[in-house]
Amino acid sequence: MKENVGATGLILNEPLLWEKGRKGRCGFSLPRRDVESFPIDNELAGEGPDFPDLSEVDVVRHYTRLSQWNFGVDTGMYPLGSCTMKYSPKTNEKQAGLSGFTGAHPLLPSDLSQGTLRMMFELEQYLAEITGMDAVTLQPAAGAHGELTGMLTIHAYHKNRGAQRSKILVPDTAHGTNPATATLCNYRSIQVKSNEQGILSTESVADVMDEETAGIMLTNPNTLGLFEDNTKEIAEIIHSKGGLVYCDGANLNAVMGIVKMGEIGVDVMHLNLHKTFSTPHGGGGPGSGPVCVKKHLEPFLPVPRIVEEKGNYSLSDNYPESIGKVQAFHGNVGVMIKAYSYIRSMGPKDLKMASRLAVLNANYIKESLKGTLHLAYDRPCMHECVFSDDKQKDDHVTTLDMAKRLMDYGFHPPTVYFPLVVHGAIMVEPTETESKEDIDKFIEAFKSIADEAKEAPDLLHNAPGKCKVRRLDEVSAARKPCLTG
Amino acid sequence: MKEISELNLPEDLRYTEDHEWARLEEDKVRVGLDDYAQDQLGDIVFVELPQAGDTFKKGEVFATVESVKAVSECYMPVGGKIVSVNNDLEESPELVNKSPYGDGWFVVINPSDPSEMDTLMTNEACLEKLKGTE
Repeated sequence: MKENVGATGLILNEPLLWEKGRKGRCGFSLPRRDVESFPIDNELAGEGPDFPDLSEVDVVRHYTRLSQWNFGVDTGMYPLGSCTMKYSPKTNEKQAGLSGFTGAHPLLPSDLSQGTLRMMFELEQYLAEITGMDAVTLQPAAGAHGELTGMLTIHAYHKNRGAQRSKILVPDTAHGTNPATATLCNYRSIQVKSNEQGILSTESVADVMDEETAGIMLTNPNTLGLFEDNTKEIAEIIHSKGGLVYCDGANLNAVMGIVKMGEIGVDVMHLNLHKTFSTPHGGGGPGSGPVCVKKHLEPFLPVPRIVEEKGNYSLSDNYPESIGKVQAFHGNVGVMIKAYSYIRSMGPKDLKMASRLAVLNANYIKESLKGTLHLAYDRPCMHECVFSDDKQKDDHVTTLDMAKRLMDYGFHPPTVYFPLVVHGAIMVEPTETESKEDIDKFIEAFKSIADEAKEAPDLLHNAPGKCKVRRLDEVSAARKPCLTG
Repeated sequence: MKEISELNLPEDLRYTEDHEWARLEEDKVRVGLDDYAQDQLGDIVFVELPQAGDTFKKGEVFATVESVKAVSECYMPVGGKIVSVNNDLEESPELVNKSPYGDGWFVVINPSDPSEMDTLMTNEACLEKLKGTE
């Protein structure tokens, strides 16, 4: 099929439910009352909430139409860099929907929730094996929460030694949440510049590392999609001054089961199950951000921990140096089941293969498009590659214009204007999900957009032209937000 | 975005490498974001300013600017105490785009060492530097 996947179609408008409702319409019928009527307490009586009256078909059509306006990884390629929008296999949903899991209440005593606890215990072990770390907590609710939990263990480590420190090193290619996490832990972030190859050099770390510095927050692979080649040497510098190495594992999809982070000097790292381990995300979650640590940080992990004894699983609070509880109940268990299902259905060999294909796909895009788009760092990338709009400058076309135009071709735009170290960044992460045919279509789309930029730039300035809504006024939305219906 | 030849970099100001401008007004220094920075950032939607009375060293972060594209930090061109801040930016951040050297100013500083002004670039040096990055 030579045709673009992007096409106009019959997309139906849909009013708010309040505009759609008509007094007296109803979607259900109550059974006949078979008890005496009884007056309710005046304190409990009063005006009900303002709900519209709707029939069943009103409601079903409403939400079905809204869902048709949506674009997700089930609809098409979603190459959002730094987000790992891989396909979420439906078997994960099936396992998470098993009645033993869905019927379990978090307050059930341990002997009545052995299955859930066993699943969590084994998931911790799998994650430790995949990352080469020693112990894991599953409590954190998502990535930034995992970061905070991980950094709190570093904070607890220094406190426990009786010598708290005041600073932390954060590379300029780090995720924006890293300095925020450091600040919450009462550490001042010291920025370390990446070198001309887009990674950290040992010298730049050695220059700023001292005995007042608690450690470094490294993202590996980093946000330029590049592997931090010097991690081991950097870790040695940090360790020699008594610091610790935190690794932001948001980009684990490039190295799943391939790089043993524990062996290259990482002391603590978080993972995003909702990225690397194929659980659905977007729209605010829920996510899950487990934290993996080496032995010397294990005493500080949050409680309760899951412990196993002769095949029996229980929760234990008996860890006096723990940073305490960081999340209600056990964390986002539904997400954990999906990640468990993914790991079990893939197995060690295929997890590694998934990472290899993710890296191969990104490099294929990088090589295929580097004549069309300016490539920020021309060297082998990991799971994502970063271009910019530098070549389109003379056409007066920006990254945003190209991203909007891509929607007309039927693709979700990549991440734009991030990372900040690349001016006008276009960050593409195809993941292992996409077939060569789909990736080729994406590449062709970008090539013809670059041609359009030369021949008909207004097509780009006015894009998208085929979507239900055209270019949104982001400026007014940010300056004068309207947060009610 | 503007071509370099279209940029407005007034002669009476001094510039930092991060594109803050500083203007000596008697013994005080008025500070803002230059034309290049406002143009590169695009439509600015939020400006977070310090409080009058805060003190910063040269090179320290004193403000945060958010555009639809990115969030950027602004660094003190010279060290000193903040004596007034442009509260109009709270309601009308677009002033930074409309009038970067006029109504879009950020803060006025009482400099601790006025000679730090001499470490900043002239408009010509700033322009040369921009040409170099092209």
